[in-house]
Amino acid sequence: MPLQEALRVEHLTQTYQAKNGETAAIDDLSFSVREGEFVSIVGPSGCGKSTLLSIISGLLTPTGGSVWVYGEPVTGITPKIAYMLQRDYLLPWRTIWKNVIFGLQVQGKDTAERLSYAEELLKTYGLYEFRDSYPAQLSGGMRQRAALIRTLAMQPDILLLDEAFSALDYQTRLAVSDDVYRILRREHKTILMVTHDIPESISMSDRILVLSGRPARLRAEHDICFDLPERTPLLCRNQPEFSSYFNLVWKELDVYVE
Amino acid sequence: MWNEEKERSASRRVYLKQQKRRRYLVFCLQWLLLFLLLALWELLGRWGVLDSFVVSSPSRVWRTLLNVASNHLPTHIGVTVYETLVGFSLGVLIGLTLAIGLWWSPFLSRLFEPYLVVLNSLPKIALGPVIIIIAGAGTRAIIVMALAISLIVTVMEMLSGFLHTDEDLIKMARTFGASRRQIFRHIVFPANLHTLFNSLKINIGLSLVGVIAGEFLVSKAGLGYLIVYGGQVFQMDLVMTGVLILALVAALMYQAVRLAQWLCTRFISHDRG
Repeated sequence: MPLQEALRVEHLTQTYQAKNGETAAIDDLSFSVREGEFVSIVGPSGCGKSTLLSIISGLLTPTGGSVWVYGEPVTGITPKIAYMLQRDYLLPWRTIWKNVIFGLQVQGKDTAERLSYAEELLKTYGLYEFRDSYPAQLSGGMRQRAALIRTLAMQPDILLLDEAFSALDYQTRLAVSDDVYRILRREHKTILMVTHDIPESISMSDRILVLSGRPARLRAEHDICFDLPERTPLLCRNQPEFSSYFNLVWKELDVYVE
Repeated sequence: MWNEEKERSASRRVYLKQQKRRRYLVFCLQWLLLFLLLALWELLGRWGVLDSFVVSSPSRVWRTLLNVASNHLPTHIGVTVYETLVGFSLGVLIGLTLAIGLWWSPFLSRLFEPYLVVLNSLPKIALGPVIIIIAGAGTRAIIVMALAISLIVTVMEMLSGFLHTDEDLIKMARTFGASRRQIFRHIVFPANLHTLFNSLKINIGLSLVGVIAGEFLVSKAGLGYLIVYGGQVFQMDLVMTGVLILALVAALMYQAVRLAQWLCTRFISHDRG
């Protein structure tokens, strides 16, 4: 692969201290993500997936190990990495436009150039006419889009998605993941997605990392390849390879789901 | 989505009409009730069931009101309103500042928690003598009394609102690298605008309680003074007039806060309906 390595996680370890003892959340986890790659991390619920993303994004300092982005160590929040949470978390008292530029405002990057880029994104992804609406007036799918644009406006290299669609109902979820996938591919982003939904991970990713239950260790790794000229999550779900990938990942998870 | 538009709007019209009629009915009954109570009060006095000399009567109150020149009513109302507004504003400002400080430092908020709880349940009027000695027997003592009564409630109410802000919204802001100050300004404060107005509504009433209590203890003017004075010289008309005006003042102040809230949600922040 000629592609550059965008993200590298080395011997990551995380333990939590509490009154009644210490809990190991992540145990010696190492992997890397190439530029432009879509990697999913699948693991049983509560295995420390969100903790992992918090560490990579710089919100949380790990107990051991390190995270590198394009050869530089991550020590705190960095503009190179964007983190999308489980729900859209649009601020109800701000209009869509004000929500979209929230990140830019917070970081003092609301320059004319960046603002016009955000405006372009709104136009491209069909939210421009809703810029003065409030989040409550938008559908779940549109809100998710707005949240995505808020993230893209920061022009990050790497996007971390934390169960980004889990709050939506099943149909909306299929449509939104298709939508988000197209947008992310179009913007040529490197993605690391965490999920417990196996079909979702197979339909969207180039590679799947399977984690064990708590403490999280790397259990297996699979390259996902579909024989499709133009890949989209919905099309992938109809491919014959889909179910064999599903069975493969399912079996590995099964051992640890008790 | 809105198919059968015509049928729907017909039933909707009926619904809206019913709602409107109901509101109108309640409004009329509320005024009627007031009128009946006043009429009953007046008639029971005239029939000799109640002693008008002791419990006064609407007509006597009316005469007292007309007699503005001799009893300086406007001055008394002005003094009480002024003291209440000053106590209220100070209570809100200082209370809000303290709440922000305690939100900022979880250590301090844990440190002061038991003190807040005790101060909150302590009847502040018991501090009256101390306040009078420290602040002097006058307007200052009355304002301090209003402050003492409303301050702790504001701190507790606002702090609890701040601390119960949606953690995930805060996390979202943190993923964009927001500082604690930005988190407060952009997330915690706007999320607690309704808490602030609820606390204002409680406070305006509590400040009035503090002012009247203060005026009972030390004063030369104000509605509280008027009521105490009326009682001492056995002029019950003056007492009842004072009480009725007080009720009116309290209602008006509460409505003013409601109006401010309405303006604020309408023009500054969006009401999350």
